[in-house]
Amino acid sequence: MKPHWETWAEEAKAEFPRANSALLPLLHRIQAEEGYLSPQTLAEVAGLLDLAVPYVESVVSFYSLFYQRPTGRRVIHVCTGLSCALSGSDQLMHRLEAKLGIQQGQTTPDGEYTLLEAECLAACDKAPVAQVNLRYRESVDLEAAEELLKGEVES
Amino acid sequence: MSQARRYLLRNQDIPDIDRIEVYEANQGYQALRQAFNQYEPAALVEMVKASGLRGRGGAGFPTGVKWSFLPDDGRPRYLVVNSDEAEPGTFKDRELIEHNPHQLIEGMIISSYATRAREAYIYCRGEFRRGAEQLRRAVAEAYRHGYLGENILDSGFSLDIKIYRGAGAYICGEESALLESLEGERGNPRLKPPFPAVAGLYGMPTVVNNVETICNLPPLVLNGAEWYRTMGTEKSPGLKIMSVSGPVNRPGNYEIPLATRLRVLIDEYAGGMRDQRGIKAVIPGGSSVPVLTADQLDTPLDYESVLAAGSMLGSGGCIVIDERTCMVGVAARLLKFYREESCGKCTPCREGTYWMTDVLNRIEAGEGKPGDLELIADMADNIGGKVFCPLGDAALGVVVSAMKHFADEFEAHIKEHACPMGARLYYDTVNH
Ligand SMILES: Cc1cc2nc3c(=O)[nH]c(=O)nc-3n(C[C@H](O)[C@H](O)[C@H](O)COP(=O)(O)O)c2cc1C
Ligand code: SF4
Ligand code: FES
Repeated sequence: MKPHWETWAEEAKAEFPRANSALLPLLHRIQAEEGYLSPQTLAEVAGLLDLAVPYVESVVSFYSLFYQRPTGRRVIHVCTGLSCALSGSDQLMHRLEAKLGIQQGQTTPDGEYTLLEAECLAACDKAPVAQVNLRYRESVDLEAAEELLKGEVES
Repeated sequence: MSQARRYLLRNQDIPDIDRIEVYEANQGYQALRQAFNQYEPAALVEMVKASGLRGRGGAGFPTGVKWSFLPDDGRPRYLVVNSDEAEPGTFKDRELIEHNPHQLIEGMIISSYATRAREAYIYCRGEFRRGAEQLRRAVAEAYRHGYLGENILDSGFSLDIKIYRGAGAYICGEESALLESLEGERGNPRLKPPFPAVAGLYGMPTVVNNVETICNLPPLVLNGAEWYRTMGTEKSPGLKIMSVSGPVNRPGNYEIPLATRLRVLIDEYAGGMRDQRGIKAVIPGGSSVPVLTADQLDTPLDYESVLAAGSMLGSGGCIVIDERTCMVGVAARLLKFYREESCGKCTPCREGTYWMTDVLNRIEAGEGKPGDLELIADMADNIGGKVFCPLGDAALGVVVSAMKHFADEFEAHIKEHACPMGARLYYDTVNH
């Protein structure tokens, strides 16, 4: 556990004092720093918020944006929703899989890239759409696929 | 194209309207002053009722009527804005929060004043990283300028707004699942009744409204209920944002007077079909509604007319499908979404969407067996009306209607062991 997590827990509890509303905000903040939520982190979060560990595990497992395995420095979500599929998102996904040598759902061995499928990202007018660490990349045709892998990214 | 003046999507005309100074310079927060000066809360609820404004999240429930359901029993009340937008084909709320967050905030203050809520929440979809940043920044600006906090503009009314991020779950757009999530739980829908108006967030009376619904409040207060009724129909008055995607020349969000014809939306607003392709089908209101066919393009886009045509206006996510696209592929792709997003609480939805997707996939792959279509129809019967929340029924909309309108296409896949048109979901390069 990092010492400042206690401060974060207090802040979350102060902003969302009722029910267990502090839980998701605290998990978001810690995951942004750690990249994922390990079993130990979940136990520590439970301790910080006076919640049962199985409860925290059960909540976390419900939400697809809480990662329970280590992720790459870049988490790439490729939208495979209908509008994106009509614009070639499956081909985009295949191109990225081939390029990275992994399947969707996996992380490259060097810890650089995680490739995930996303459902409709609410940007269908810019199909096909991807996100890198939840930042939008629009109209990603096959040539632009390479660009997803390059450049600076925020964690 | 004759683009009428925009009210909800002014961000398309006014650069930087997401900054409070620019918003203020363009009548921003004037509606709030007017609401405080001209209306008692109850009168404001009556005005919204009179306008006929209906919820834009999908169900189209009259907003003023919903507000009047709050019991007057002295308990604290909450306003919760649903910004979980994840219905495939829908992308209007994201534009509204990213590009004009103050419009939403002003609408929330007016709505909270009308419903006498002292605390309001925005439940923002987890994937909307920029949207949440924009909202946080705008809320902080609004506090600095005295539009939030204690005794706003000396009105005696006080309000706090908090932003809460979801974490990836379509079902959390359903209002009772959203409230569960906001309370730090798994997003499983609650049993209704009680409805949120009676027992919502933390068990208190709660109004849940969609982003676009609330964004109607500033122009509504400035221009009045009668103005709102100059657009649309008696039962569907006013403005609606339609999100148009698929192979049209100008995909995007368009603000239309309700009852604008579907053909006009596609041809005039969205610039017509790319490469003059023919239209095969249109999903007019997000992935949860039945398809309309090419002979229904004259349908006026208002709640009643779309219903009469066999579909629903829903969220306004309009996906246009051209004649070369395989409907089995479309159905399979959408059903997969519901399979992934079923919360798993009830067996017919969890298992039914799973098996139906499997069968559809094998038909699409040319491996369908005789009897598969009957099998899908059976499974659909076992979900329809037999599940806990509307997601289960929503999963059936496109599949069942596509099988009805394009039966020969489905049958041919099974008979010929392949797509009769040699089509896929995608057949050309992306260059738009
Ligand atoms: C599965 C499911 C998903 C939904 N997703 C959303 C959503 O993302 N945004 C939304 O405003 N309403 C959504 N709704 C509708 C809400 O339950 C609710 O009716 C709406 O937020 C009420 O606001 P309104 O009256 O302003 O439309 C969804 C409903 C269901 C059943
Ligand atoms: S219908 Fe589906 S999404 Fe709704 S409660 Fe049942 S399992 Fe969950
Ligand atoms: S389908 Fe990809 S953003 Fe909507």
